[in-house]
Amino acid sequence: MPEPDGLNLIGTPFRRVDGVAKVTGRTMFADDLTFPRMVHMKLVRSSVPHANIVSIDSTAAEAHPGVIHIVRGESMPDPFGILPVSQDEHAIAIDKVRFVGDPVLGVVALSEDAAEAATRLVKVEYEALDTIASVDEALDGTRDEIHDYGDEGNVHKKVSLRFGDVESGFEKADLVLEDTLFYEGNTHLPMEQHAAVAVPEGDGKVTLWSSTQTPHYVHRALTRVLKIPASHIRVIACPNGGGFGGKSDPFNHEIAVTRAALDLGRPVKICLTREEVFYCHRGRHPVTMRIKTGFAKDGAMISQHLQTALDGGSFGSYGVASTYYTGALQTVTYQLPNYHWDGMRAFTNKPPCGPKRGHGTPQPRFALEVQLDKAAHELGLDPADIRLNHLANADSITANWLRIGTIGLRQCIEKVVEGSGWRERYGKLPEGRGLGIACSSYLCGAGLPIYWNHMPHSGVQLKLDRSGGVAVFCGQTEIGQGSDSVLAACVAEVLGIDLQDIRLCVADTDLTPVDLGSYSSRVTLMMGNAAIQAAERAKSLISKAVSKRLEVPVGRLVFAEQRVFDATDPEKGMAFAEAVQAAESEFGTLGTTGSYTAPRSPGRYRGAGVGPSPAYSYSAAVVEVEVDPVTGITRVPKIWVAHDVGRCINPVLVMGQVEGGVYMGLGEAIMEESAFRRLPKKLSNALVHKFPSILEYKSPTFNDMCDVETYIVEDPDPNGPFGAKEVGQGPLLPIMPAVCNAIFDAVGVRIDQIPVQPHMIVQALEEKRRGGAGRYGPKRFPVVPWDEPLQVPTPMEGGDGKAVNAEQVGVHGGTMKETPKGTKS
Amino acid sequence: MTPEIITATYKVNGEERTIAHPGHHTLLEVLREPLSLTGTKHGCELGECGACTVLIDGEPQLACLALAREFEGCDIETVEALETGEGLHPLQATFADLGAAQCGYCTPGILMVSKALLEENPKPGRAEIKEALSGNLCRCTGYIKIVEAVEWAAGMARGDDDAGPADAVFYGQRDGGTDHA
Ligand code: FES
Ligand code: FES
Repeated sequence: MPEPDGLNLIGTPFRRVDGVAKVTGRTMFADDLTFPRMVHMKLVRSSVPHANIVSIDSTAAEAHPGVIHIVRGESMPDPFGILPVSQDEHAIAIDKVRFVGDPVLGVVALSEDAAEAATRLVKVEYEALDTIASVDEALDGTRDEIHDYGDEGNVHKKVSLRFGDVESGFEKADLVLEDTLFYEGNTHLPMEQHAAVAVPEGDGKVTLWSSTQTPHYVHRALTRVLKIPASHIRVIACPNGGGFGGKSDPFNHEIAVTRAALDLGRPVKICLTREEVFYCHRGRHPVTMRIKTGFAKDGAMISQHLQTALDGGSFGSYGVASTYYTGALQTVTYQLPNYHWDGMRAFTNKPPCGPKRGHGTPQPRFALEVQLDKAAHELGLDPADIRLNHLANADSITANWLRIGTIGLRQCIEKVVEGSGWRERYGKLPEGRGLGIACSSYLCGAGLPIYWNHMPHSGVQLKLDRSGGVAVFCGQTEIGQGSDSVLAACVAEVLGIDLQDIRLCVADTDLTPVDLGSYSSRVTLMMGNAAIQAAERAKSLISKAVSKRLEVPVGRLVFAEQRVFDATDPEKGMAFAEAVQAAESEFGTLGTTGSYTAPRSPGRYRGAGVGPSPAYSYSAAVVEVEVDPVTGITRVPKIWVAHDVGRCINPVLVMGQVEGGVYMGLGEAIMEESAFRRLPKKLSNALVHKFPSILEYKSPTFNDMCDVETYIVEDPDPNGPFGAKEVGQGPLLPIMPAVCNAIFDAVGVRIDQIPVQPHMIVQALEEKRRGGAGRYGPKRFPVVPWDEPLQVPTPMEGGDGKAVNAEQVGVHGGTMKETPKGTKS
Repeated sequence: MTPEIITATYKVNGEERTIAHPGHHTLLEVLREPLSLTGTKHGCELGECGACTVLIDGEPQLACLALAREFEGCDIETVEALETGEGLHPLQATFADLGAAQCGYCTPGILMVSKALLEENPKPGRAEIKEALSGNLCRCTGYIKIVEAVEWAAGMARGDDDAGPADAVFYGQRDGGTDHA
């Protein structure tokens, strides 16, 4: 079927360009690589959660047969970290460990077995420090500090932003609800364990192959820690065996293995065990939330005050951004004229939390969507209508200064309402069965890069030659989401050629122009636009040459079916290869570039840098549940999900992202949790990961997965390539709240906590039988000493995007130019 | 202590190969390292994820739990054997076409289990497919496209031309219906 707007390939389901490699075992993941003379590295990891390192005795390890080198923290004294404001990690700990799993020594041996055996011979003496296990413990100012920077004690970051007149909004409201909710942490669990291979080139240069989603940021971290010019380091991201945000930080093992390779002058590989992958973590932050919203009778939100307390684990990672994301996107789905958000992130002695699919937004989204359900009940409104009647407007600016473009949320809600039979079935199913609805929105790429600069977010380069083949160079990283296919499709569409005629060269910091990486759902939109620009420029060169040869005006030339021809006389034309030859003869060697930089956001207050995006995707879901009131076991037979993707580049890949997102959301809703426990006093009192194994960390299997009915809403966004928006993260977000809302419809109790476990339902039902509220969830919110909020007048109030009290509260304009406080650098 | 090195002969994908390797190595290690058959993956090396599944005399086995030396003389089959001179195996074609391999890391293991299933049961129902694959984790797909790909491949292998997926498998429900073709 020809697509609207004369598109040929875009919008049709095609076999992904890396599909055959993946089904034949040809795809080379990082651990599949070997090099002549390659040796292996293993890391000794801390067995205690918080301690000073007194001594490390590696004598026995060094004497172990096959061991050839030891890598010590002192050889890499400079700290690193993904955000400029939190350069707080070391490749190998120097004087202190901060969680069970922190690396303390690297051992390199001729075989992986020998390296592994030798790590067990290393003796480390520790001097124990207080262990901080929770936000409350971090706030209690009496304990040892995990870091020597941050807002105070073990508080990493505190922030407070207020838009509009929130208090008088509450006074005007007909209904004010206040809820406290908890969202437990969980982890990405990519099937591939992280691996990296460093290969020195003998002339001071080195190449690192790694399973990373962000080769560009790994490149920067290597340069910083190893003190080698960036131009001498080459980072190549192998296709990732799943990422979901878990491979977006530069990791200690990537730096340590590169150090080892340079020390030895030979290739060194490291492949983490599954247990170590749990220690790398960077997963979902556990967040406690207090949400107070004032509603009008018709369900309109007048004011909202949201407070979020994040348990960040042991390092900064993306944490400052994660914290901001727990506040930023509350405003983009429904109208919310007055909004106050306080956020804080604590350091604790657990593996560091970071960005997992949805990055910081699933938690507050859960709070908002559950509270909307409660409000609908209080006000006697249908939960679908309370949403439909108060949607944010397309082409508007929110109270916190985010610019919304297209919004297909109405269609999304209508689709899932119709598909699920909501109007006929909601509130009417037999006891134990229920339906719940929720919506969400997500970014199509962060509006700002991670470090301050004015360069493109994504670059694409094309090389064309007389063969008719087109080589496409781009720094983007394929993590399974299909970015290689999007890149090839954008070029193929513009030039009217076959996917087969395209050769991709990607994710190589030496050979490809920078693309910032596969995070924040940015690749389709940003890389896609850069690819289109590069291809359009090539098309224009070819057109000029062909126009001359055929004596047809440029404007009449069509590029399709591997030919360039006259629109009015399709017979008059030439093969694409011939057309390239004409252009090569005319202009010499052919190459073009394209780049993309996100538009500037209207927000001018400090903190306005997190949340802006060139476009927002929208999703809605209806979840059906079956709850056994005796056991509390919840089963989800079916989910209806609709996603506004702007336009499908390849619908079958869009379907895959939607289904994969729903799956991951279902796991988060009913089973996945990164839980920790303290060992008994006599066993050191250490804080340990309850489940550092796939067996114990429960995630949905084939048999746990529900049926999914997917609706794709296409409302092309002018900022997206061919109108496309993101699909990788958005569809996960409505699932968790929709599950809890469905449980209420099924058995009449509120579970204000994720994941929902059977005992929670049993307990809430029990409470209800005794005449109580019938709720399970946190009872209190930590006592956080937030400062006076930054007051930002909203667009409706005639604001200019700036705060009015920046001087008084001691913060100054600018959005990302924060300077690290007390950071060792 | 240096590990004992053994010499063993393995029949992998129809080819006999004699190699020397540490006697305690698993089949996973032997396939991936001395035999260079890196198509077989690992996600845990503890028997928990299914990524390392290969076929031993036609039966799925977790290579990470199999001591290699015990499988001398057996017919070992890995993902590398699926594609023949005639082209892709139907399972490979349908997995590629439906995006049932996203990152592709779980895929080799899942393909091998599916192949064993189809050889035993040419027309499995959805529940049977899910049951057969319940020991294989996939974090990307939500399993749906995998089940659809196995069904489609089964149909192809039977020569049943009508077994292809409905449009909704490719496009979802568009405009409330599937009549967009
Ligand atoms: S590697 Fe996970 S089961 Fe074998
Ligand atoms: S396709 Fe990525 S784990 Fe299955």
